[in-house]
Amino acid sequence: MATERIDVRGVARLARLALSDEEVERYGAQLEDLLKHVDDLKQLDTSDVAATAQVIESRNVTRPDVITPCLAHEVVMAGAPQAQHGFFRVPKIIAEAE
Amino acid sequence: MDPVRASAREIARAVNAREVSALEIAETMIPHAAAVDEHLGAYLTFTPDLMREHARRVDARVAAGETLPLAGVPAAIKDNMCLLGTRTTCASKILEQWIAPYTATAVGRLLAAGALPIGKTNMDEFAMGSSGENSALGKTKNPYDLDRVPGGSSAGSAAAVGGFAATISTGSDTGGSIREPAAFCNVVGFKPTYGRVSRYGLIAFASSLDQIGPFGRTVEDAALTYDAMGGHDPMDATSVDRAFETTADHLREDLRGVRVGIVKEFATSDLAPDVAAAYEAAYNDLVKLGAELVEVELPTAKYGLSTYYLIAPAECSSNLARFDGVRYGLRVDGADVGEMYEKTRAAGFGPEVKRRILIGTYALSSGYYDAYYVKAQKARTRIAADFRRAFEKCDVIASPAASAPAFTFNAKSDPYSMYLMDYYTIPVSLAGLPSLSVPCGSATPEGGARPMPLGLQLASPLFTERALLGYAHAYERATQHAAKVAPVQVVTS
Amino acid sequence: MRDAYEAVIGIECHVELKTHSKMFCGCANEFGGEPNTKVCPVCLALPGALPVPNAQAIELMVKAGLAFDAEIPAFSKFDRKNYFYPDMPKNYQISQFDMPLTQGGVVHYWLSDGTKKSCRLTRIHLEEDTGKSTHAGSGDGRIAGSSYSLVDFNRAGVPLMECVGEPDIRSAEEAVGYLEALKRTFVELGVSDVKMEEGSLRCDANVSVRKRGATEYGTKAEIKNMNSFRSVHDAIESEIDRQIAVLEGGGRVIQETRGWDEAAGVTHSMRSKEQAHDYRYFPEPDLVPLELDRALIERIRASMPPVPFERFERYTEQFGISVKQTTQLVDNPPLAGYFDRVVAICNAPGAALNFVLGDLSRLANESGTPVAEGKVTPAALAELIALTEAKTINSKIAKDVLVRLWSDGGSAKAIVESEGLAQVSDPGAIAQFVDDVLAANGDSVAQFKAGKENVLKFLVGQVMKASRGKANPELVEALLREKIAAR
Repeated sequence: MATERIDVRGVARLARLALSDEEVERYGAQLEDLLKHVDDLKQLDTSDVAATAQVIESRNVTRPDVITPCLAHEVVMAGAPQAQHGFFRVPKIIAEAE
Repeated sequence: MDPVRASAREIARAVNAREVSALEIAETMIPHAAAVDEHLGAYLTFTPDLMREHARRVDARVAAGETLPLAGVPAAIKDNMCLLGTRTTCASKILEQWIAPYTATAVGRLLAAGALPIGKTNMDEFAMGSSGENSALGKTKNPYDLDRVPGGSSAGSAAAVGGFAATISTGSDTGGSIREPAAFCNVVGFKPTYGRVSRYGLIAFASSLDQIGPFGRTVEDAALTYDAMGGHDPMDATSVDRAFETTADHLREDLRGVRVGIVKEFATSDLAPDVAAAYEAAYNDLVKLGAELVEVELPTAKYGLSTYYLIAPAECSSNLARFDGVRYGLRVDGADVGEMYEKTRAAGFGPEVKRRILIGTYALSSGYYDAYYVKAQKARTRIAADFRRAFEKCDVIASPAASAPAFTFNAKSDPYSMYLMDYYTIPVSLAGLPSLSVPCGSATPEGGARPMPLGLQLASPLFTERALLGYAHAYERATQHAAKVAPVQVVTS
Repeated sequence: MRDAYEAVIGIECHVELKTHSKMFCGCANEFGGEPNTKVCPVCLALPGALPVPNAQAIELMVKAGLAFDAEIPAFSKFDRKNYFYPDMPKNYQISQFDMPLTQGGVVHYWLSDGTKKSCRLTRIHLEEDTGKSTHAGSGDGRIAGSSYSLVDFNRAGVPLMECVGEPDIRSAEEAVGYLEALKRTFVELGVSDVKMEEGSLRCDANVSVRKRGATEYGTKAEIKNMNSFRSVHDAIESEIDRQIAVLEGGGRVIQETRGWDEAAGVTHSMRSKEQAHDYRYFPEPDLVPLELDRALIERIRASMPPVPFERFERYTEQFGISVKQTTQLVDNPPLAGYFDRVVAICNAPGAALNFVLGDLSRLANESGTPVAEGKVTPAALAELIALTEAKTINSKIAKDVLVRLWSDGGSAKAIVESEGLAQVSDPGAIAQFVDDVLAANGDSVAQFKAGKENVLKFLVGQVMKASRGKANPELVEALLREKIAAR
């Protein structure tokens, strides 16, 4: 857990967040500050410890394979920023697959 | 009975006895809450029509012979919980105009128990914050000093109940978001065991930590509200499927035979002198009620903040990915879909949300996952184990709910100093334990004009809600701290 | 030149599971429909909605694993795979990263000449399907040059299993054989419909070539966009040729994703630059782990029909049925199941095969009712076969009885008895018919006596006709000869 310079732009790209230069600077500094704080975890011995994803110990929670009603189409589309012919319309997809 | 000042218990009794109608309660509360809110800013949306509709429904059910545990009780709902047909914003620009097409399980149960929805309350955006200041849609003030924050993230829900603009309210707590604002606003705020109240319809911040809980001006009101909302829900795979123990009918009056753990590592010497004195007095009051104080150790609690600020952002970075401008919410156009995403999310999220998304994305990214995320999950295991060990020596752990009373607006400009407000609540959240904040006195902050409320945090083993609320009730009845400080004039008049 | 090289192929398939409802919500799992009509808060990823896994999907996964002798680990969990794409509502896919529901296993399959082959499985894991994007504004529906896209989420959240195969496949033909085995098995077990035209099976192939005898793998290319077994075959063939040509030309194969262009019959590069993906997998915090009860797994195992490859071996090796006919049967699991039940009763696979693939299939085709759903029960057919084998009825009568069974059901024996269709083998009874026929056909008798041997067939026919088909033809012929000679 070194406090190296963080590639804030790279992280923002993964998170799909546009950042201004000023934000890159500001968030970069704040992230580095936080990482300095969390560096204290290094002092905690976790060598023989399992990771906790959930504090409750439930297992095998499932639902029966039963069909339940869907939302009405007009309700589905009510919040759509842009719709066409019952579809959600989005700007062109620059695919990794071209 | 004054519907504004009355407890939920009193209102429900009167409505069930048909001494007053739910509609009369609603007609009193609607203008009152609106007037108070001019000063408080607790609400983002009022739902007067819906409130009247529910009032009529409650009156009809009572007339038909039903007895409802929350009949006619005015309730405020945190704006990260879906309520069919109402705007549900998470206090974020990205959801500013979103109308929920379904109702959260907990909210549905609350209304089915007879509660009347006054409106949706302000909060830190996506429940990320400890002051309420991270709301993108409004400024909520502390009913005990309008220059001070109400706490967060359940800012409006705590302020509305503290300021008599609601009788009860719902909050959500991820690292302290019910307990800290409850302490700041002189109310009882209760976070049940993780999994006790369904999260279905609660807009997620950090899924493995989020838990819905009630605010009330008394422990009994909080207990009644919890009893109505809690229990297994097949729509939430993390909701626990075990017998639900009601609490409001098992409250107690003393603490005889109860071992109260005082955490060695949470020394009151770290606190301001009058704050420390208030907590010392609170611990003594517990003894007066028959409790035995025992020192317990939580050596890993100090790693709580670091653990939390890796796990919660990691989960939030993924949970908030769905806000992309495709299906609902804000969209800012772009030349292609990628640009649309980036502009939408840049415009839609506030600074704290962006900060946490960036932290979480970084903590999960290739090359850092083991060092940050997995390490934090392992630290979480150790913190939970410490609590288990501590509970071998005690029945409940007492501590401050927050490290100081409510602070003034813009006092915490450095993100980390804000994070420190939740020093006492976060380890409890990581362990998933039930815990609450109950008023325990007041202290006048440096430069402050009037005494500000303080909250005592009580935390107990998993699934011991009934015992926990019982202890808090005994303490509340004996001390009556909530009545010893008064909200500001504009709120009470 | 091609003989100097060996292809190494690994196949990854996505198969939609045949459940009533979606993976994490109760919306119908149905193909097609008006856009955005089969969605709910969960599969549309509305704020606050939470997933709950479909128990049946998990059971189907266990079946799929057991069919290929995979291990069903004691502990399994779901993870989030994070990436943004407009047809993925949550912008993460609930999938399984390091602890899938099944691990290992082997797929046995056969080629059209009957050669048996096998391919090891790495794992099968459970995930959810995405919605579908239609690319508009370019005129040809392709993403390149489109100006916007339209998204339908009806498919979003459909349960999907990903079968990851080891690189054990060496030719396009083997690849198709492997895929056919997967398809047959999943259909047989009711795990999936496997309709490639509806996209319920989609596959990618990792293809590399190396000099024959080499032990190191060559650099692989991942081939996508193959919409039928035919296109899988052709795409792999074409890619093998391309890679060999590159190597022979002194070049080197680059690791990339290539799309199959059906019309042009070639693969083409899909990525100008290799993007580094960072899916940020982490345990799905909205779900709890799976620790499947061993007894449940054994119950599932016990309920499973034989896998197609078991049938293949039994039919070809024990019954001596041809590869072609075996494949015909195995590809029709209800028919094969019917066949198995018939054979189990009458133990006459040859006769059963002739009926099942012959007259019975013809009747089924004519009526549109599948054999297994028709009125001829396996017991009735077995009885009919037994009657034929015992020469109680002859084959002509057997066909007639089958038609009766098909239209009315019932027992073959009962029909034979009530209609008096049993073959008459009593010489006394037949003699009367013979005498009548000889009396009425003096000319023919004379011709036979004059040496026209063929006439006897006519006379046999006349006797059969007189007996309404019931007389034992062999006995008729013998009696005719005897009586004519005695004249």
